[in-house]
Amino acid sequence: MIVIKALIGLGGVGLIMGIILAIAYQKFRVEVDPKEEKIREILPGANCGACGYVNCDTYAHAVATGEAEPNLCIPGGSEVAARIGEILGVELEAKEKMISCLNCQGSIEVAPERYDYHGPKDCRSSYILLGGYKACTYGCLRMGHCVEVCPFDAIELGPEGLPVIDPKKCTGCGICVEECPKGVLSLVPYEQKVYIGCASHDRGKKVKDVCKKGCIGCGICAKVCPFDAIELVDNLPVIDYKKCVSCGICVHKCPTKAIVDRVKVRPYAIISTKCDGCGECVKVCQFKAIEGEEGKRHRVIRENCIGCGMCFRVCPVGAITMAGALGYED
Amino acid sequence: MSDLGVIFIGAFLVNNIVLMRFLGLCPFFGVSTRFESALGMGMAVIFVMTMASWITWFLYHVILLPMELIFLRTAVFILVIASLVQLVEMFLKKSVPALYSALGIYLPLITTNCAILAVTFLNIDYEFSPLEATTFAIGTGIGFTMVLLIFASIRERLDLYPIPRSLKGHAIAFIAASLVSLAFLGFVGLFGIAL
Repeated sequence: MIVIKALIGLGGVGLIMGIILAIAYQKFRVEVDPKEEKIREILPGANCGACGYVNCDTYAHAVATGEAEPNLCIPGGSEVAARIGEILGVELEAKEKMISCLNCQGSIEVAPERYDYHGPKDCRSSYILLGGYKACTYGCLRMGHCVEVCPFDAIELGPEGLPVIDPKKCTGCGICVEECPKGVLSLVPYEQKVYIGCASHDRGKKVKDVCKKGCIGCGICAKVCPFDAIELVDNLPVIDYKKCVSCGICVHKCPTKAIVDRVKVRPYAIISTKCDGCGECVKVCQFKAIEGEEGKRHRVIRENCIGCGMCFRVCPVGAITMAGALGYED
Repeated sequence: MSDLGVIFIGAFLVNNIVLMRFLGLCPFFGVSTRFESALGMGMAVIFVMTMASWITWFLYHVILLPMELIFLRTAVFILVIASLVQLVEMFLKKSVPALYSALGIYLPLITTNCAILAVTFLNIDYEFSPLEATTFAIGTGIGFTMVLLIFASIRERLDLYPIPRSLKGHAIAFIAASLVSLAFLGFVGLFGIAL
């Protein structure tokens, strides 16, 4: 008897709950745009906020309703933009891919400390104490807050104590740039290979005292740049990436090596028999890497050539080629 | 102090569900790593706990008691809580999408939160009236949220300090939890409320 009662009781409650849920489902069903669901599936799901929306869900909703542009997803890049475009039936261009770069080379060997710090191993905690323990008050604190906040595991602390950014994993979402208490990270277009490896606005001896690789604000880079892409602002060079062609001349001319070249092995120039000896290349070469008499085929001095490609650009007969550019990929 | 006040303070501080009754420990350790997620979880628990104690109270007194099916209460209550969470989720998604997205994943997670089931049982064991049961549920929910928030703050700081490697992660969290629990023992006897 009690078994039947129990069956009726439990079964009844279950049945009632089931019916209520079924009715509620009909009544409260929210029509989700199928486009929105598809877009959400394509998005990377990192919820980084680089698009300007709180998370991928809200961005997908905004795109589906036509509120937002479909190419704002920076981690997804061109691939995601193209696939969203397919769903919406429009063609799109992706935003330029950016990657994060560290504007500091103050590793443990290069940049000394000014006091012993024994607090929590966190950039922000250290920053509170007089702007950090490093003698250079502009530089990276080497405690890896950027490593923690990176949603893509693209940053890790290298052997020299400085964060190393993996250009393949970095999506340019900009979270590390915002989070860094020192502001020594910045976004640089992926195609550009040269960036400033220092954030110090001080000059000369003041920089030399606290860091071996710091920018002393001499302005040589601005003078040697053949494209006028570098300007000295408050004792620190600023590269105009609209003009910069990543030739790397500034990298080699910098007396303190404060400019970083992402290209590991640059090519070198070769002059073919087409050369008529006009001497244009000798004029533009800033490294005395081309020699030869006027009217005769010129010769490249391999040891001096840095692979900037200036001669290649000016040669009127197209006699110069760049060879050995194995290091152009990251 | 009125009865309702005593019930509320008792549920909130003295007999705190996490630190004194040791219930709901899975979300306590699972969701307390970050302050924001702790807040989301806490809000969802308060909400569902209150609703669940209401409905189970009526179910118990209207159906189970007259039919002499008290031994079935565990199964029935779990059934009710699970369906209730589903219902609430659907309702929120339609009517209050902002709250729905704020609670997010924590709402369905509550289905398996033992603290909810415990509160519905305690309501019956203490022979509460519906009003008292509601007060008890809200007090317990707020107590749960408060402890979760306190602990999330502690754990956010723990992350920054040099902890011996063998104690990292959950080990140090348990030690910290026991210390917080000890501190809460100090509330015993407040307004004459016993354990």
